[in-house]
Amino acid sequence: MMDKLRNKNNKLFLNILLIIIFASIIILLDTKKIGDAYIRRILNLSAIYAIVSVSMNLVNGFTGLFSLGQAGFMAIGAYTVAIFTVPLAARAKIFYITPQNPVLAQIELPFVIALILGGLLAALVALLIGLPVLRLKSDYLAIATLGFSEIIRIVFTNIKSITNGALGIKNIPTMPTMWVFFGIAIISIGFMWLLINSSYGRAFKAIREDEVAAEAMGINLFKHKVMSFSIGAFFAGIGGGLLATLFATVDPNQFYFPVTYNFLLIIVLGGMGSISGTIIASFVVTSGLEILRFFDEPLSMFGVNIPLFRPGLRMVIFSILLMVLVLFFRNGLLGQKELSWKLIFDLLSGNKSRKRTGEGGAAQ
Amino acid sequence: MSVLKINNVTMQFGGVTAVNNLNIEVQEGRIEALIGPNGAGKTTAFNVITGVYSPTEGNVFYKNENITGLTPDKITKKGIARTFQNIRLFKNLTVLENILIANHLRINSNFLSSTLRMPWSNKEERQMREKSEMLLDKLDLLRLKNEIAHSLPYGEQRKLEIARALATDADLLLLDEPAAGMNPSETMELSSFIHNIRDEFNLTIFMIEHHMDLVMEISEKIYVLDFGQLIAQGTADEVKNDQRVIEAYLGVEEDA
Amino acid sequence: MTGEIFMQQLANGISLGSLYALLAIGYTMVYGILRLINFAHGDIFMMAAYFMVFSIITFNIPWFIAIIIIIIATVTLGVLVEKAAYRPLRNAPRMSIMISAIGASFLLENLATYLFTGVPRGFPDIKVLTSTVKLGSLSLTVATLITPFVTLVLLYLVLFITNKTKIGMAMRAVSKDFETAKLMGININQVISITFIIGSFLAAIGAVLWGSRYPSVMPLMGVMPGLKCFIAAVLGGIGNTTGAVLGGFILGMAEIMLITFLPAFTGYRDAMAFVILIVVLLVKPTGLLGEKVTDKV
Repeated sequence: MMDKLRNKNNKLFLNILLIIIFASIIILLDTKKIGDAYIRRILNLSAIYAIVSVSMNLVNGFTGLFSLGQAGFMAIGAYTVAIFTVPLAARAKIFYITPQNPVLAQIELPFVIALILGGLLAALVALLIGLPVLRLKSDYLAIATLGFSEIIRIVFTNIKSITNGALGIKNIPTMPTMWVFFGIAIISIGFMWLLINSSYGRAFKAIREDEVAAEAMGINLFKHKVMSFSIGAFFAGIGGGLLATLFATVDPNQFYFPVTYNFLLIIVLGGMGSISGTIIASFVVTSGLEILRFFDEPLSMFGVNIPLFRPGLRMVIFSILLMVLVLFFRNGLLGQKELSWKLIFDLLSGNKSRKRTGEGGAAQ
Repeated sequence: MSVLKINNVTMQFGGVTAVNNLNIEVQEGRIEALIGPNGAGKTTAFNVITGVYSPTEGNVFYKNENITGLTPDKITKKGIARTFQNIRLFKNLTVLENILIANHLRINSNFLSSTLRMPWSNKEERQMREKSEMLLDKLDLLRLKNEIAHSLPYGEQRKLEIARALATDADLLLLDEPAAGMNPSETMELSSFIHNIRDEFNLTIFMIEHHMDLVMEISEKIYVLDFGQLIAQGTADEVKNDQRVIEAYLGVEEDA
Repeated sequence: MTGEIFMQQLANGISLGSLYALLAIGYTMVYGILRLINFAHGDIFMMAAYFMVFSIITFNIPWFIAIIIIIIATVTLGVLVEKAAYRPLRNAPRMSIMISAIGASFLLENLATYLFTGVPRGFPDIKVLTSTVKLGSLSLTVATLITPFVTLVLLYLVLFITNKTKIGMAMRAVSKDFETAKLMGININQVISITFIIGSFLAAIGAVLWGSRYPSVMPLMGVMPGLKCFIAAVLGGIGNTTGAVLGGFILGMAEIMLITFLPAFTGYRDAMAFVILIVVLLVKPTGLLGEKVTDKV
């Protein structure tokens, strides 16, 4: 029976079935027939995190560059949406200490335009960072992007007439449906998937595998690194814009650089060469982080307060998890493979596929 | 016509002179070899030709065009491709992917049309695949096309690396110790392989080698390097009997 | 802008610069040997500050003994981080070790937040260091005054170790060619441990001097200094110890000069380090005293 299931037509049938199930669940949730606001929020957040994580994986996992800048690029996207989509009438009340910049105060953009603009601005900033840094050994990219994420917070806190400084921007129009988040996630991740599976994606992977050989095969390292980095930043910006509309408020401290660690954990857990792994891990980690909140609350058993449980424990567990993964399970769930029906059936029928396409094994 | 001309090239690293005033001229369509004891500067010379290093002095000409100081990717685009001493395949990618990547340098679609699967990009991708599979077929590697590169037996990996260099549409192949680690029968196979691809693809081949049987068997001209300097050049017989060469290799002459 | 204020700020600049120099040495040495950015270095500096807080305030240990205790504790921590987070991944792909480094840094920050809470604590007031001294019209704390000298003495010591001792020669060999050094029988683990010991030692001293100047101790206090000091090391030429000190001085000086002459930009003082990084990478990527590293192809 397993052989029949591996048949191509059956795979198509299974894929369609999966899509229908998935779409139905979202529709049911969306129309509030099942679930509650909390669940919807977690799922929307997971979808956003999936976009940003895949964008980080594009740069780190597929091209082999160590970028820690996702939080900063998200901030750019989030603020672009915040600045341009709050209705003109509501702005004076928000910018009550320092009035909004007069040019910006006139402009109100539809959500999608602001979202794309945010992505483009993030990509532009990535270009500015990448041009000096990526000409050299990519080591410095980590420092440059880490620093950039920190600096953007400082800058956004200081340019009050644009960002309203530390007060942040509230009353950002929210989206009435989950499909905005899931739809844009599908489009974004779909684009990145298509990119990875194109000739350019292969060039990125070549750079990751062996830069010297890639260059010797005619690949312009600088051009492709900048390309990967900027596209990654674009989608991180999109993720940030979506975040702004999900939470309806932005402030400079939302995108404090530790936010990037969430995505790092996700891509390591899912597998740094796997898009499907990253998607799965996004949902796992986002819900996991919520569940872990449990550790931050005081816990008593039998009336005795267990002193271990207090604020901060959640993040300690999170960081220990990251260390355990990178030390002992650095391939994560799927390594460099993608989730496929073949994989699932192999697992179910108990035999591990001998030809593991993509997994490097211990001596990687 | 001279395909490759190395003109008074000197390569210095700090206090060390790895290549000293080297002059080599490789003719079109020939198989020529660069030999010399370990550390003589052979790979350094290759690295200068392919743009990995910029020579301290001197120039490199490819088909009479000055390519000195160009970056490696630009030099490959001009038509020179190389293999490496310690095989540098894209280890975790498949055989086919390794070849496809070598086609990327000639791509005309930009990343957007490629990603969005525009009709002209799809056509290009199809053509690249066909070309790659044809190449693999010609070199008897097609059956391995979906295997992961590092899972291949050593001899096939070396062949794949040569195939990959070929896939860039190069006219000049620089092979860095293609027979390293091979036993005599594998070396014989490699020898005919190199001969065949030269004929089939109209190449010029310039190789670094230590396996004297391979060198003597197929090289039409041999250059001998010692301590970064050219100490002899000529046909196999001329070089074999050159006193300076024998002295440089003292002890190795028995196998030569 | 009076001459007095200028001199005062000049002294501040030199002093801040020497603090940066102390941390920068640690970064440059580890990068020179392991080609690794020790992201956790700034957090080790942070832990040293906390050790001081607890030794003196909680346990009432006299300051001169406390310093010795925290030096030992900090060095132990540094070596521990190397053994736990870096050594197991020495043969792993570069990405993994980079992730481990940043993970170790994150773990230390979270541990500190969990154990000590995020509420800033006051660094113990060591009278000897915080009392002011008058030099002509300048008024400086003892800490500010002695920092540059401490840095120079320690720099001399580090250079002595690297250039005049056997272990130093081993360190230089390893940083030039890791593989060959191993083949020559050099005990790599020992060399690496010594490097981390030296770096952590300097970080501990730096923490004492820093705390006397900026008495607010928080879990994330090492983040900015850490980033800046790595940039200082790049500015001076990564891998070069003297360069790191030079870079530190320049960075510290530049920062103080910024807030002196352009007080409107005070909020951006941290951003300046990154502007400097970009400029260095554009103009002279090998840094002021650095040499071009050639990779064997």
